[in-house]
Amino acid sequence: MMQVISLLVENKPGALLRVTGLLSARGYNIESLTVARTLDPELSRMTIGVDVEERLRAQVIKQMNKLINVLQATDMTDGRSICREMVLLKARTRQESRTALVKEVEIFGARVVDTSTDGFVIEATGDPEKLDEFIGVMRSYGEIEVARSGAVAISLESKKLRLQPPVPTRASGSLAGNGVLNG
Amino acid sequence: MLLECMVQEGVDCFFGYPGGVTLPFYDALYDHPIRHVLVRHEENACFAAEGYARATGKVGVCCATSGPGATNLITGLVDSMMDSIPIVALTGQVHSSLIGSDAFQEADTFGITRSCTKHNYMVKNIGELAQIVHEAFYVAASGRPGPVLVDIPKDVFQAMGHYTPVHSIHLPGYKVFTEGHAGQIRRAAQMIWEAERPMFYAGGGIIAAGASSELQELVELVDAPAVTTLMGLGAMPSGHPNFISMPGMHGSYAANMGLTQADLLIALGVRFDDRVTGRLAAFAPRAKVIHVDIDPAEIGKNRHPDVPIVGDVKRVLQKLNRIVEELKPAEEPRNAAPRRAWMHQVRSWKEEFPLAPVTSDTEIKPQHLMSEIDRVSGGKAIVTSDVGQHQMWAAQLIRFDQPRLWINSGGLGSMGFGLPSAIGAQFARPGSLVISLVGDGGFQMAIPELATIASYGLPVKIVVMNNGYLGMVRQWQDLFYNNRLSSVTLDCFPDAEKLAGAYGFKGRTVSQPHELAAAIDECIAEPGPYLLNVKVSPFENVYPMVPAGGAISEMVMGPPQPAVVK
Repeated sequence: MMQVISLLVENKPGALLRVTGLLSARGYNIESLTVARTLDPELSRMTIGVDVEERLRAQVIKQMNKLINVLQATDMTDGRSICREMVLLKARTRQESRTALVKEVEIFGARVVDTSTDGFVIEATGDPEKLDEFIGVMRSYGEIEVARSGAVAISLESKKLRLQPPVPTRASGSLAGNGVLNG
Repeated sequence: MLLECMVQEGVDCFFGYPGGVTLPFYDALYDHPIRHVLVRHEENACFAAEGYARATGKVGVCCATSGPGATNLITGLVDSMMDSIPIVALTGQVHSSLIGSDAFQEADTFGITRSCTKHNYMVKNIGELAQIVHEAFYVAASGRPGPVLVDIPKDVFQAMGHYTPVHSIHLPGYKVFTEGHAGQIRRAAQMIWEAERPMFYAGGGIIAAGASSELQELVELVDAPAVTTLMGLGAMPSGHPNFISMPGMHGSYAANMGLTQADLLIALGVRFDDRVTGRLAAFAPRAKVIHVDIDPAEIGKNRHPDVPIVGDVKRVLQKLNRIVEELKPAEEPRNAAPRRAWMHQVRSWKEEFPLAPVTSDTEIKPQHLMSEIDRVSGGKAIVTSDVGQHQMWAAQLIRFDQPRLWINSGGLGSMGFGLPSAIGAQFARPGSLVISLVGDGGFQMAIPELATIASYGLPVKIVVMNNGYLGMVRQWQDLFYNNRLSSVTLDCFPDAEKLAGAYGFKGRTVSQPHELAAAIDECIAEPGPYLLNVKVSPFENVYPMVPAGGAISEMVMGPPQPAVVK
């Protein structure tokens, strides 16, 4: 079953690799993945859609939470959440079906962002299943080309983000020599 | 600066092999008090660091150059990952400006080691070096310990800078669980007294947490039988009246039947590994489970517990023991009779089916060798081993009365581990008797380290259990592949006396049972290193044995007519 995981990740080199590596090491195929900065530029929000066996889902979340660069991993599949995806769709269509196609675009709440004699570029957002339907409909008008963003999700539940406080080092207390040292 | 960080972290010695990009580091080391042990292969630097860490509980440190040096560390990193051993690995990297250019001795160490470390770092500039190194030590040693690698480009090694003490580490996403949930601990205590057939199942977590005295206290309070896993040997003194033995694939009848019949498992610092549980569905089928582990991902991974407790097992036991004690006067009498009967039952299984050494007049049985090592050790020597038959017989037959005496490659099962880990253990415990008990296969993977032993004059006693085969693989070919022995014969083994002699220390080969005791005594009495090659009967198999995928209650007790005990 498709599991949607939302992760809050430190924006550090290798952080994406750690998350995706954890999935690939277990043989899971990532169906969709989005990453972008959050309000805090040092953090990124990732949304991953991955096909994981039901009984292993909790394990995957636990393993992700163990990653040092991951501040929070949440399974969005069970809780209440909103999930959206965007698609850019290039539709080539014959002259006589142009009007019908635009009508269809309107019905789905999508919009035309570019138009030419060959056809249209259409922008649509919605939940991923809805977009599947839309793409299916567009296909019936002729040849199409599709670029999907992958799902982004946000939870409707208030889950407190627990960050760990700094810890003192062994070195604090004792004072090291202040001479110039090389690496 | 790197060395200053290491001083601050209490490192007194580390293991490594220099190379081109680590030249500036080794130059700084030249007149520095930290001791660097030059091994003969980077893989062994990591194994030696593991031996050091396993013998002390301190972070073991190893160092290698870029490219091949770093890739040679991999087996050791995975090994320490599997057994939760705190390691900091320092690797050199090519000059920052050359990264990604396929430069000489360049490898993507950071990428390669991502999946075989608890965490890894690449240092970009000298300004972040100290912070990263201290973080690495903190991450390696805290929580569930593990290996952390720090990749350092040559220009960072060369750069000059002030060492400014790092006072705090801030890893907002790194959760270290220490205190267990108070309510769950209370529930666990209640459950312990409600059980009629409780059984302790303790593992490497007890050793890592230094919780063996707490474990022993609880076992005595409850007066229930206790098994310790391969990684947990030494957590209970072998002679303790409640200690049974190791459970699992080559565990004892009493341990496996105990787990199968128990109505409560008190699982402490264990991970329900497949080598312990056999077929999971048939493992401890009648038992409720209390599972204490510091790693939340271990809870419910293989077996769903009735009472999960995430925390440092030492801290949890300290609290649990108090509550168990507090409840004892009121609760103990209720099930006293069935519990006494249960303890008696498990003890009588232990007496009826003991793990007893087999001996012969004509050849040295491997079990005979183990009983001889046990005799000279008396439960007190550090014994390191590889993986395979000798490891299993050692785990069955050699007593360990304290934690951190039994050092072996448990989870990964790395051949060639026994000799270099003995080097690390000997450096960590210079005054202790360290016996490197290895097979003839694993020994030949580690022969280069004889030079390290000789050059530092380490009094490691190397005992090779030489059966002329890759014994455990041969055993499986014998039992499950119609004895078609494919590529398991090790028919060439060097003359031990000459080999040791070539390195300047003593060695000897024995093959007759009546010579064995004296040879072992001579080996132990030698002030320096000693290589004792013991030719044992080649076709001995390890029993009891649970076939792969079998239930642990379905042990094969021994040849030739395998008696299946249900």
